[in-house]
Amino acid sequence: MTTATGTPAVTGAVGTAHTRVEGLAKVTGAARYAGEIPFAEMAHGWLVLSTIARGRISAIEEDAVLAMPGVLKVLHHGNAPRVDTDYTGLLGRPDPTIAVFQNDRVPYLGWPVALVVAETSEQAREAAEALVVRYEEEPHDVVFAAGRPGTYTPDGSAAQKGDVEAELAASEFVVDAEYTTPEEHHTMLEPHAAMARWEDGRLEVVDSNQSTMWVAGELANLFSLDPSSVRVRSEHVGGGFGSKGVRVHQVCAVMATTAIHRPVRVVLTRRQMFSLTGYRSPTAQRVRLGADPDGRLRAFAHESQNLTSTVHEFVEPSATVGRVMYDADAHHTVNRVVRLDVPTPTFMRAPGEAPGSFAMECALDELAEQAGIDPIALRVRNEPDVGPLSGLPFSSRNVLSCFEEGARRFGWADRDPRPGVRRDGRWLLGTGMAAAAFPSNALPSTASVTAEADGTFTVRINAADIGTGARTAITQIAADALRVSPGRVRTRIADSDFGPAGIAGGSMGTRSWGWAVTVAADELRERLALGGTVPPEGITVRSDTTEAVGALAKKERHSFGAQFAEVAVDVATGEVRVRRMLGIFAAGRIINPLTARSQLVGGMIWGLSMALHEEAVRDAASGGHVSPDLAGYHFAANADVPVIEADWVDDEDPDDPVGIKGVGEIGIVGAAAAIANAVWHATGVRHRHLPIRPDRVIVAGTGTGSATDAVTSDVAG
Amino acid sequence: MKEFGYQRAFDVPGAVALLGADPDARYLGGGTNLVDLMKTGVERPAGLIDVRELPLNDIEVTESGGIRIGATVTNSDLAAHPEVRRRYPALAQAVLAGASGQLRNMATVGGNLLQRTRCGYFADVAKPCNKRSPGSGCPAIEGEHHNHAILGASAHCVATHPSDMGVALSAFDAVVSYETADGPGELPIADFYLPVGDTPHLETALPPGALITGVTLPPTPVAAVSRYRKVRERASYAFAIGSLAAALDVRNGLVHDVRLAFGAVASRPWRAREAEAALCGGPATAEAFAAAADAELAAAEPLPDNAYKVTLIRNLVVSVLTELTESTEPSASTDPTDPTDPSEGATR
Amino acid sequence: MPPSTSSAITLNINGEKYTLPVDHRTTLLDALRERLDLTGTKKGCDQGQCGACTVLLDGRRAVSCLQLAVAAEGREITTIEGVADGDELHPVQQAFLDLDGYQCGYCTPGQICSALGVIQEHAAGWPSAVTDDVRPEAGPPPLTADEIRERMSGNLCRCGAYVSIVQAVARAAEAEAETAADDARTGTEAAI
Repeated sequence: MTTATGTPAVTGAVGTAHTRVEGLAKVTGAARYAGEIPFAEMAHGWLVLSTIARGRISAIEEDAVLAMPGVLKVLHHGNAPRVDTDYTGLLGRPDPTIAVFQNDRVPYLGWPVALVVAETSEQAREAAEALVVRYEEEPHDVVFAAGRPGTYTPDGSAAQKGDVEAELAASEFVVDAEYTTPEEHHTMLEPHAAMARWEDGRLEVVDSNQSTMWVAGELANLFSLDPSSVRVRSEHVGGGFGSKGVRVHQVCAVMATTAIHRPVRVVLTRRQMFSLTGYRSPTAQRVRLGADPDGRLRAFAHESQNLTSTVHEFVEPSATVGRVMYDADAHHTVNRVVRLDVPTPTFMRAPGEAPGSFAMECALDELAEQAGIDPIALRVRNEPDVGPLSGLPFSSRNVLSCFEEGARRFGWADRDPRPGVRRDGRWLLGTGMAAAAFPSNALPSTASVTAEADGTFTVRINAADIGTGARTAITQIAADALRVSPGRVRTRIADSDFGPAGIAGGSMGTRSWGWAVTVAADELRERLALGGTVPPEGITVRSDTTEAVGALAKKERHSFGAQFAEVAVDVATGEVRVRRMLGIFAAGRIINPLTARSQLVGGMIWGLSMALHEEAVRDAASGGHVSPDLAGYHFAANADVPVIEADWVDDEDPDDPVGIKGVGEIGIVGAAAAIANAVWHATGVRHRHLPIRPDRVIVAGTGTGSATDAVTSDVAG
Repeated sequence: MKEFGYQRAFDVPGAVALLGADPDARYLGGGTNLVDLMKTGVERPAGLIDVRELPLNDIEVTESGGIRIGATVTNSDLAAHPEVRRRYPALAQAVLAGASGQLRNMATVGGNLLQRTRCGYFADVAKPCNKRSPGSGCPAIEGEHHNHAILGASAHCVATHPSDMGVALSAFDAVVSYETADGPGELPIADFYLPVGDTPHLETALPPGALITGVTLPPTPVAAVSRYRKVRERASYAFAIGSLAAALDVRNGLVHDVRLAFGAVASRPWRAREAEAALCGGPATAEAFAAAADAELAAAEPLPDNAYKVTLIRNLVVSVLTELTESTEPSASTDPTDPTDPSEGATR
Repeated sequence: MPPSTSSAITLNINGEKYTLPVDHRTTLLDALRERLDLTGTKKGCDQGQCGACTVLLDGRRAVSCLQLAVAAEGREITTIEGVADGDELHPVQQAFLDLDGYQCGYCTPGQICSALGVIQEHAAGWPSAVTDDVRPEAGPPPLTADEIRERMSGNLCRCGAYVSIVQAVARAAEAEAETAADDARTGTEAAI
């Protein structure tokens, strides 16, 4: 036992680099992820997925499989527990495709039609592969194209002021260009995995997710359980990026453990993940810009279209980013959707902003070229004072500082604006830039902080550390609020029994959790300052930020940034290599420079990967993917990634108790555009369709002729 | 994956006898392709005969100055071997361009020759594929084929062979040795892979049950100046969309000897004999290189989405042969139009 | 009679012997994770396409997802659990920790095992795909950032920690080289 008084005040953890508090566990292999915690008597579930894209199941020949060694159960629509999807959860109405085995309809290829449960994973796998499922197939439609029949405008997805056509007609310079981005997948390295069991009347789920509260709530709703009877834990998460919410693996594990009265683990295979864990929809976007001779925008129009499933609407709001970034006399943005026989897309790192900034920031570059204005100067000229559509003030908007600092460090002033004139051996060189914006919000959260009798402190908050460094940042924030060193603070997270807290999504996690932890720690510190001893059970203070977060004044709240890239392009072989990238961000107060930099650089690498590599290919004939694996779906490997620097300017959020804005997503925004703009600067050709793959570069050649001509002139003069 | 037997062989006759006793078994080398295909259900062998520990892991220089590589030599050991790097640098480069360090440590030379296509339809047992399931059709022709064959394909199959190593072996006239219950045999690499025709599921001319024991490269002086260039959709750890193994000997501005083989364009490594014939004895100029590539590629029958490969291969031939010309005849670098001249257009 | 589809095997892992019956279908990766509770080795793709399951086999890095457990009998297996010397981290682990060479941590054990292999392969003089001149006369390539990037490319990291992974491998390689040089110096002095 120790006295609470006499503790030396320590501050300054926030803002200094701290290695991850769980780092030792991660580098020694001791950190256990969801599929790695052993349970006695645990059985293994293996999913069987539909091989047709639309129709109904006519027969599931389970008898032969039930006779196979080790097989315990085959769950399907004929025998699975019923679930309820008629509810509104944390993020609204559920995607009905999480309610597996409820009827004989098949909404897309790769939809679960059965779960085989067996003693070992090898037995479950073989039995799942052997299960014969018969279908009545119906014609399917999976072909996404701009303006195709069936495209509609969801309520509330358009925003408008002024007359775009009239302003375009009156403009000196007009850009009217179409851009596309492909279907992209999260492909975090840890596949979705969950173990479910019933223990003392409660449902216990060990999972890998971005919010145990979210998953517990959805499972309680689906299975009509009292919320207090569901406990979900998710201590270590091998990446999420928007994909790790409620998914079929948890639902199947709960059904299976209910059926066989043993713990059941369901792990998705890499190939299954491509149809079961969400993805970023392909987009078809059109941007029209009209400007005065000095580059001031008269017209800004951004239309985007994405696909969704036949049973659930998901809007990828790509056209929305312009509502924050640029003003114009006439301003029109709209997001449209078409329903196809495909899985429902979902949030993926910077949903909307990532593909939307690609189109918008490339269009700005095209306007800069046309008007003969430096791309940074063009953006500076169109910098709004207030929200272009909302008229609301910005909480802070330090994008100009980002441009200035970025331009200085990147060496932008020396740039020759002419395209296609720099060469290094077989490589044409170019540089490009783009601006970035991403919303900064907070979600209500609860937290508890306990002063332990041994002089240490324990923070309990239902946060999720999906690789963001949240656990470490929370520890630093709590330490500063308590005025102790971080070494005396233990942070426990990712347990739904800790109470409600915001999700690890929308770059809101650390801000939301930091707020709640600060409130609790402040109060605890004040209470301890009164003196007295800490009893053996400790002194615990709880907080709830619901009221405070709800009381935030209405403002335009965003992080901003400036992205710079240099690329080398060999038009003879189509290879594009990024040589360096620099990102300067205004993203609120940086809690942990070490891990925040990792997040920002990681986001920029996502932008690189989006620009050059990522593309899931859907086969029109079957309706499914071709090569849904990590050899077919390329994302950047180590050799693709050069020196990438991320840094920030001072940008403390005045309305947040810690000053945080969030760094999870701003790093990807604009990064692909900066690279595409650099490819134009290198070659003289605009690449408006991602990824900028070698075949596309070869076919496009250079601005002066075909690739064949280019190589002949290079080699033979 | 279905259940299977496993036996480890310690000598060549023993391995061949084990397979003879169980024709539904397969030889297991590094397993980097076979085990993957077993997981996806493409391969369902009744048994595996593990041949990794057979005494076939030596690399020897032959009396004539060629090289003999045992079948169980790993890709890593092949690429690291000083005599391979000295005599056939393009072979070392080709091996190093393939897969990853981990996979090269596992994969063996024999297995590399027998690896299967990475066509996405072949790998998906729920989809038709004439190579995997004869007569079921080839959806790639109407579907996703941007990385499929432009040479030697048929209406039945447009898959490519994924090997990098095989491209260099093809350029250098490798001879594949094998053992059967009836004794040893040899196949020049030109005859090792069968034409696609209407039997894409029949891939090699190896007799049933044959075990590859090694690969012999004849002495090839021109190979000392050779290069492998691979183009792929990321900088590393990806299969080629087009590659080239090239060797060149230029004397007094004329091509004395040349070897060219293309990768990722056909169901087998594509030896470009027409291009070689067009070049031999002629001038070593970019125009001649381009014309020779065109002569070889005249037979190309690209599909809508892989026509770029014709340009890519042509450009690779010109680019790599120009580079090799530099290294054999340094005087050529005084050519003012030389693209590798560092003084030209460099801004950094 | 058809041959048995399972065998009793002994695996030598991190210097310890483990005897267990295995279904022949069991990969080394699944044996480690599901049978021996050595879950530090990760399953990212199970197809040899990500490198998360990298271990050392007889001192060389390999993907354990394509290695059948039954075929690993008789080989020396090192997993992430065997990399540190008791409580003392290996320099590669320490560098990953200090330089934040990871985020979610799921690819990290594979990255670390792969880095151990890279350092050994480089010390043995092996060239790589970015080595300009592979001929032995050109000598061993220096372990530049580009060499590390290429050699580490068999380990995908979706969080995008590559920049600090390269720094971590470089730092650990330098530390190892210095240790080797110190050892050599000490050896020389001792000989004198």
